[in-house]
Amino acid sequence: MNHPSYIELKNGISPIMTTDVPVIEYDIFYEKVRELLIDKSNHCLSYYCYAFAGRLKFICCIADDNTGIIRLLSHEMRPDNTTLKALTPFCPSIHIFEREIHENHGVEFPGHPWLKPVRYPHDRADRMSVMDNYPFYEIESEELHEVGVGPIHAGVIEPGHFRFICNGEKVLHLEIQLGYQHRGIERLFVDKGDALQRCLLAENIAGDTAVGHGLAHAQLIESLAGIEVCEALQIERCIALEMERIAVHIGDTAALSGDVAYQLGQVTCEALRTMVINTTQFWCGNRFGKGLVRPGGSNYPLTEETAGEILKVLEEVERRYENVTGRIYTLPSVLGRFEDIGRVTRPQAESIGVVGMAARSCGIVRDIRRTHPFQYYRNFEINPVTLEAGDVLARGMLRALEVKASAGIIRALIDSWRKTEKSVGRPVYNYKLRPGSFAISLTEGWRGEICHTVVTDSEGNVLHYKVKDPSQHNWMALALAVRNQEISDFPVCNKSFNLSYCGHDL
Amino acid sequence: MLKEIRILTDHGKQYIPDLRKQPVSERFRGRPVISEVITREEIEKVAAICPVNAIDRRNGSIDLGRCTFCNECALMLPGTIGFTNDYRIAASRRGDLVVMTGQTEVLRLDETAVRKEIRRLFRRSLKLRQVSAGGDNSCEMELAASCNVNFDLGRFGIEFVASPRHADGIVITGPVTENMSEALEICYKAVPSPKVIILVGTDSISGGLFEGSPALQRGFIDRHPVDLYVPGNPAHPLTFINGVMDLLGL
Ligand code: SF4
Repeated sequence: MNHPSYIELKNGISPIMTTDVPVIEYDIFYEKVRELLIDKSNHCLSYYCYAFAGRLKFICCIADDNTGIIRLLSHEMRPDNTTLKALTPFCPSIHIFEREIHENHGVEFPGHPWLKPVRYPHDRADRMSVMDNYPFYEIESEELHEVGVGPIHAGVIEPGHFRFICNGEKVLHLEIQLGYQHRGIERLFVDKGDALQRCLLAENIAGDTAVGHGLAHAQLIESLAGIEVCEALQIERCIALEMERIAVHIGDTAALSGDVAYQLGQVTCEALRTMVINTTQFWCGNRFGKGLVRPGGSNYPLTEETAGEILKVLEEVERRYENVTGRIYTLPSVLGRFEDIGRVTRPQAESIGVVGMAARSCGIVRDIRRTHPFQYYRNFEINPVTLEAGDVLARGMLRALEVKASAGIIRALIDSWRKTEKSVGRPVYNYKLRPGSFAISLTEGWRGEICHTVVTDSEGNVLHYKVKDPSQHNWMALALAVRNQEISDFPVCNKSFNLSYCGHDL
Repeated sequence: MLKEIRILTDHGKQYIPDLRKQPVSERFRGRPVISEVITREEIEKVAAICPVNAIDRRNGSIDLGRCTFCNECALMLPGTIGFTNDYRIAASRRGDLVVMTGQTEVLRLDETAVRKEIRRLFRRSLKLRQVSAGGDNSCEMELAASCNVNFDLGRFGIEFVASPRHADGIVITGPVTENMSEALEICYKAVPSPKVIILVGTDSISGGLFEGSPALQRGFIDRHPVDLYVPGNPAHPLTFINGVMDLLGL
């Protein structure tokens, strides 16, 4: 079945031996990736490299959304070579990965139009490249002016720098400089040999996605350590993931309402979010679900009492949220601020590889729960909600629709859970990872697809760990969304994406 | 308008009247209690699994400034170590975050350690500038939640403001990354004196899980006096609010 230029695998199930991955010449790799990415049902999950035995080993994972297959392509580079022909001019969605490889390992990509720093990691190839000398794009003109915002913003949010080039009130160009949140997460996954530490690291990649990242990590470990989890636990994990989605979507609705001074929407949604996260706290003691997902088992198996509480709260939240969003999205004063603002078109989104709810808001069916199902979603068909407009209104309304859909999914999941045999054991921390292997794990967090990959050495130690938060793809979408908009519309555009700084900076 | 009124009636009263006594889930992990009969071997066992070296091997105490509240020690020794849902765990001195074996009394901020001018100047109005320096956005969200319709910290005249120039102090989250260290310093300098520093979350108090990461630069924390430590992963809004109330003597 395997084509000689790549190896095929599926989400979370099949670790492979690194020696089984065909290593091809870069020219062939280049052609193959171009050929694959021309097909719109394929997209690049992750492309990175790591140093091994004096060479750089490159791994590129391309997902086929029609078949659920992930194709793994690989090439190598000797130390005497430092340049690779850039793929970005033909496959713009690769831009962020080539930039990352350049920043981390000093590889040059001639032809790359935007080979700029990504996050200034502590172990970057060029220590002369520092936060202060970021090469911002400039336009020479007497009529234009620049506006710089951040890293510290007006609200209680994470840091990042936004540089606008404006013509009067109109934004011509936005460049986003990130990296302030860089904590060295990927390196710590290698350095910290302890299973529990790794779980906590995963949960803290982005605290608003503790379940999404925690689950991506647990799945990865389970696949490499050969740990099977029972159906009940798989269902519980899906419930937790949907709870996280509901909570954040409602919180974002509050933030969007607040930005256009619709206080009623803001305060009611804030209170509804509180109800959801307090239910997560009722379940596991933490409002963000930290501690809930662990490899092999759970410290907080779902009980009938918790399930009952979830159902009760959901019913109330769903009803009230529907009432208030019904009002928010019909009010002329709100619509005037959301409609046709911050539009990302479908062709734009496809070309830069937008994922998750931002992609679904402009008509792209991209949802790992459906295309590369994991956990109990394998037995459970998800029909992703999509909207066409790609503007702030679409991203707002998609949240309302997804909250409703997720509430329905949770009810169905709890039904299935009640019928399954419950044999959820304690977490497994004393696992042994399969040596010399590669594994990949995908989940669909509330923002979009999360991808964790790992390579182990001949002893079964973690040799390399790679994390991809959906924000990594989607920050570029925000930059495009504000073009030709009034600068005063930036806050609603930004909130409508609600991207992660720490998830990006790692 | 009628629709709005209906939504508001449905919404009901969300405001928490007594922030000192608001009950939280039994499972919430706040102040730990460690039995005084814990044995050497038991201490050794839990200290070995603690992901952040929060348990002192010499005496079995737990340092809440390091603890991530993962609960693994309590699950390993049920009945010997347990986390109560008491969320009032903020302290004004770093050392007060250490919970000793056999200690069952509540943690209360040591009044004598509070600088005099804090209460004199900020008791009726405290404006804070939040700086996230590598925070994972959970502490940041809990701080934002402290001001929402439920917790409504604004009732005490305590608010987050946009500019450090308008602030009386800064609230730091995150382990303080190297890439954020300069901006943090600049922001602090921009706050007029006298000023307050509050550290929120385990990451900011000790570096937490990220302690020792080459991407951190914690010099700021070592150089400046800290007025309030608010532990948690993330810190619960009630922990933050009660801590600030204690600091101001409200
Ligand atoms: S709960 Fe705290 S003290 Fe106990 S193991 Fe976890 S981090 Fe360590």
